[in-house]
Amino acid sequence: MSPLVEIRSVSKVYVRGKQKLEVLHHVNLDIGKGDFLALMGPSGSGKTTLLNLIGGLDSPTEGTLTVAEKRIDRLGQSELARWRASNVGFVFQFYNLLPMLSAARNVELPLLLTKLPAAKRRSHAAIALELVGLADRASHKPGELSGGQQQRVAIARAIVSDPTLLVCDEPTGDLDRQSAVEVLTLLQRLNRDHGKTIVMVTHDPKAAEYASHTLHLDKGTLVEAAAAAESPS
Amino acid sequence: MKYLSLIWSTLFRRKTRTLFTIFSVIAAFLLFGLLDSVRGAFANVGHNVAGASRLITISKQSLVVSLPTSLLMRIQAVPGVSAVTYANWFGGYYQEPKNQLVTEAVPQNYFTLYPEFVLPAAELRSFHDVRTGAIVGQSLAQRFNWKLGDKIPIQATIFPQKGGSNTWMFDIVGIYHVSDPNLKAEENQLYFNWDYFDQATQFGGGTAGWYIERVAQPKQADRVARAIDAISANSDHETKTQSEDAFTAAFVSQFADIGLIVGSIMGAVFFTLILLTGNTMAQAVRERIPELAILKTIGFSNRSVLSLVLAESVLLLAIGGAVGLAIAAVAVSGIRAKLGPQIPMLPVGTQAWLRGVALMIAIGLVVGALPARRGMRLRIVDALSGR
Repeated sequence: MSPLVEIRSVSKVYVRGKQKLEVLHHVNLDIGKGDFLALMGPSGSGKTTLLNLIGGLDSPTEGTLTVAEKRIDRLGQSELARWRASNVGFVFQFYNLLPMLSAARNVELPLLLTKLPAAKRRSHAAIALELVGLADRASHKPGELSGGQQQRVAIARAIVSDPTLLVCDEPTGDLDRQSAVEVLTLLQRLNRDHGKTIVMVTHDPKAAEYASHTLHLDKGTLVEAAAAAESPS
Repeated sequence: MKYLSLIWSTLFRRKTRTLFTIFSVIAAFLLFGLLDSVRGAFANVGHNVAGASRLITISKQSLVVSLPTSLLMRIQAVPGVSAVTYANWFGGYYQEPKNQLVTEAVPQNYFTLYPEFVLPAAELRSFHDVRTGAIVGQSLAQRFNWKLGDKIPIQATIFPQKGGSNTWMFDIVGIYHVSDPNLKAEENQLYFNWDYFDQATQFGGGTAGWYIERVAQPKQADRVARAIDAISANSDHETKTQSEDAFTAAFVSQFADIGLIVGSIMGAVFFTLILLTGNTMAQAVRERIPELAILKTIGFSNRSVLSLVLAESVLLLAIGGAVGLAIAAVAVSGIRAKLGPQIPMLPVGTQAWLRGVALMIAIGLVVGALPARRGMRLRIVDALSGR
């Protein structure tokens, strides 16, 4: 069976003025369907860049990137946007919720891009919120929620359109330990119970323990493939 | 429509700033509604007399050029004219220059052409009998506390008497009222005997400022107007016959180029509005760069983001514009009731609304263009990392 994500000889070069900065150097990586992969590495190692490429937020300078048998490195911006809408859910360190919308309406946002009628959109959003344990906070705005709750709303937004792949950039980086455990447990449950493939960037070795695999990046190159970690739960 | 609630929420993300901006849009469109009403009145009247029951004939050269009184009999003979009268502008003031009056010298049959001026038959007879008699509107009488039998001195500003005096004494012999509340402003006028004016004035006697004709069949007003003007064709006193609205507009136009003034004011107002709302939109989008990046992250295309920002900008203009025009509609209706035809104004009707909506959309698109372009072109990874 072919992996969900196939990365072949991917490089990424940023040009800042006259300077060229190679952030990723010929990276090769396969991520199987149903994997929970943690990407670790020092600041500037290229892990967020790799995550952005996997999520279709950016395009590689060189190499091929296939997700679910689709070459996303060849897609134009509009096609990538459509692809992201139906295939990827995103979770960020700082939640990135829209502050003027309630939790339910934040979760409903990705569904605006579908042809679902309003009632269906609302019911899907309610289900997603229930799945993350925040059904009773549906009408609350982000400012009225704790950091952990906001991150769970962000996770509900990421899964509401039922994407195959979740990409998470430091999802616990702004949370206290208790909230971080809740969020990581939730991600683990989504991986184990709902079959979501998850790629998570983290600095925190404890957070990486929740993943089934951990990879390390250094100076734009994959340096080590850690053995499958035992989950603490 | 499914995006409306998202656009609405983002528009009111900073309530105070948005409300202040909307207030400025309201003010601009209120002004637009009022000025467009005046401009429309001046632009549209005067060329079409169809359906008018009263026509007014003035000199083709200018309203200030008088016409010979000998025209009276010839106009009366035009088929379709059931009655003719005439008038001369007198003006003047009472006691102090600030008390400027709308005063006209009129012959005794004048009021038969204006049935909307209601006054007792005995008072109308007195107007016939008393050479210095004057009939004043109820509102004007109340303003200066004038009563029947009062002698009032009016200071002439154009027409001195033959002896050189500018003081004209009038006896108030009648007070009329107007029952239609929309025409209450007509009660602010003073009419006095033509004969008194004609005999006592140092100049201007023997001529009429304008003629007023009652048309037997309003449907034939256009034909009647052309027949009246044909009387003086190729003479040294060619005439222009028009509706009362057109006459009023022409009268006011003597003082200024209304179209130019209105156009200049509206241009300045909307230019300022563009700067103001443009600044608001630019700030709003600048603050929301990470949020727009998130929308793009979850799958909104560049075009969707462009459309959302433009729609927000148009919505901002549409809310303020609609409220402003609605207030203007009410205000114009009130001003027309208060001032009557002294200031010609068209109601804020469908045409004004269509022009207003077109302006709202155009300004909305103009002020939203740059911020929308910025939102459209932002790179997700840069925006999310705060670059």
